[in-house]
Amino acid sequence: MCGIVGLFLKDPTLEPMLGDMLTDMLVTMTDRGPDSAGIAIYGAETNGNAKLTVQSDTPDADFSKLDNDLRKLVKGKVEMSTKDTHAVLEMQADQLDIARAALSNLRPNVRVMSRGDTLEIYKEVGLPKDVASRFDVRTMSGTHGIGHTRMATESAVTTMGAHPFNTGPDQCLVHNGSLSNHNSLRRRLRRLGVHIETENDTEVGAAYLTWRMQEGSTLGQAMESALEDLDGFFTFVVGTKDGFGVVRDPIACKPAVMAETDQYVAFGSEYRALVNLPGIETARVWEPEPATVYFWSHNEAPTSKEKAA
Amino acid sequence: MQSFDLEAQGLRALNSTLNAQSTETNQTVWEVTNPKGSHAIAVGLDAPIEVNVKGSTGYYCGGMNKQATIHVHGSAGPGTGENMMSGKIIIEGDASQYLGATAHGGLIVVKGNASSRCGISMKGVNIVVQGNIGHMSAFMGQSGNLVVCGDAGDALGDSCYEARFFVRGSVKSLGADCEKKEMRPEHIEFLREIIAESGVDAKPEEFTRYGSARTLYNFDVDNAGAY
Repeated sequence: MCGIVGLFLKDPTLEPMLGDMLTDMLVTMTDRGPDSAGIAIYGAETNGNAKLTVQSDTPDADFSKLDNDLRKLVKGKVEMSTKDTHAVLEMQADQLDIARAALSNLRPNVRVMSRGDTLEIYKEVGLPKDVASRFDVRTMSGTHGIGHTRMATESAVTTMGAHPFNTGPDQCLVHNGSLSNHNSLRRRLRRLGVHIETENDTEVGAAYLTWRMQEGSTLGQAMESALEDLDGFFTFVVGTKDGFGVVRDPIACKPAVMAETDQYVAFGSEYRALVNLPGIETARVWEPEPATVYFWSHNEAPTSKEKAA
Repeated sequence: MQSFDLEAQGLRALNSTLNAQSTETNQTVWEVTNPKGSHAIAVGLDAPIEVNVKGSTGYYCGGMNKQATIHVHGSAGPGTGENMMSGKIIIEGDASQYLGATAHGGLIVVKGNASSRCGISMKGVNIVVQGNIGHMSAFMGQSGNLVVCGDAGDALGDSCYEARFFVRGSVKSLGADCEKKEMRPEHIEFLREIIAESGVDAKPEEFTRYGSARTLYNFDVDNAGAY
């Protein structure tokens, strides 16, 4: 099963409530998968800075003086804020790669959850309500976000196997379904130099989209070609810095419902996830068509302009 | 009229109350408020009662229904009316995938669109959709009628047996062994009756009939290479 949700705000006055609304939506989907949960939030612009969200099973030891150690390495400002097992490291965007490369020596047990200008990902084994409260997701504001609650099929129940997956700057993806050609595609992508962390099928789907966009595709084009190259079942919700997209495989047996008003575009595995959104009674509610790419952006001209960073 | 607040009183209480109604009940009209997309609303009913659901429903609403009329004043989730035996389900909005799957009898009316696999393995139910239906509808349909006032998606009636399909608009593609058939007077007569009963907006003469070409009924040795 798995439950997925997404919320893209058009009305900036709702931004302070994004974390709260998205948490409610995800908690409603808990019975679609109790194994792990995760939320990706696109927060405030960081003005030339970028954020690395990292995780450790031993946060006290690993996060102690991590900002100091990184500061010496990148020779610049590094701000760290910790929440439970996660820490967000903010630094100059052009120093992020140096910091990420250094991390594996500096703190071998620290894993990267996400990187990007505005994106933060929080994910752990456990129920959505527990994961959301550990990371205080309800208080987070942002422009858009996606969430996932997992019923594991293709790989182990671990933090690294939890969704959303981040495979390129400010990109993330959640998935309901299972990919059947992920092993061969992973080998192909790794040969092409694409970084893939886990043996999870969904990460391959995310990495595939990232690779396509690095090759010059827009997100819309990358999702179109995913319909050709990915074998298996999928309903994907994809986030980028400016927007979010939805695509389902041609069989479309994994459920999906969308709602749109003047204030937001929302996605849920089921209508239940959407029932508490403001104005849902009068929203346009529909089921996304199979093999059809949907995309919304905060940019003026959405899909055609949406490029990988 | 009996009113039931699903959010306050819970699903189990609703279904056990409705299941307890017999053919002699005096409480013939029920209203269910705050459905909020809940699963399995009004399943397994077996009494000539009327249940009005004031909002959208989740999975399997009206599943296994006998005799009852279930009216959804909203949209309905996957598997609505699955294995229905008799009675009636009316959906004011859209219906999600596999509407009326394996249903043996009764009538399902959708005022909006129905999604993929509508009427999959239908076994005698009548389904009337005012709007469009999705792909793989009536897959392996065995008996009953699927009436579509809009368009049908890919692979309509794939591997069907004796179910009949009437489509007013276009059919994106026909499934294996499904073919166009002639409209005879009895088909016009059938449509006239079911359109009137369903309250949809269409004229019987506007429909095209599709059904099984019956070439898959028996194994053909020329197809051995395909397996």
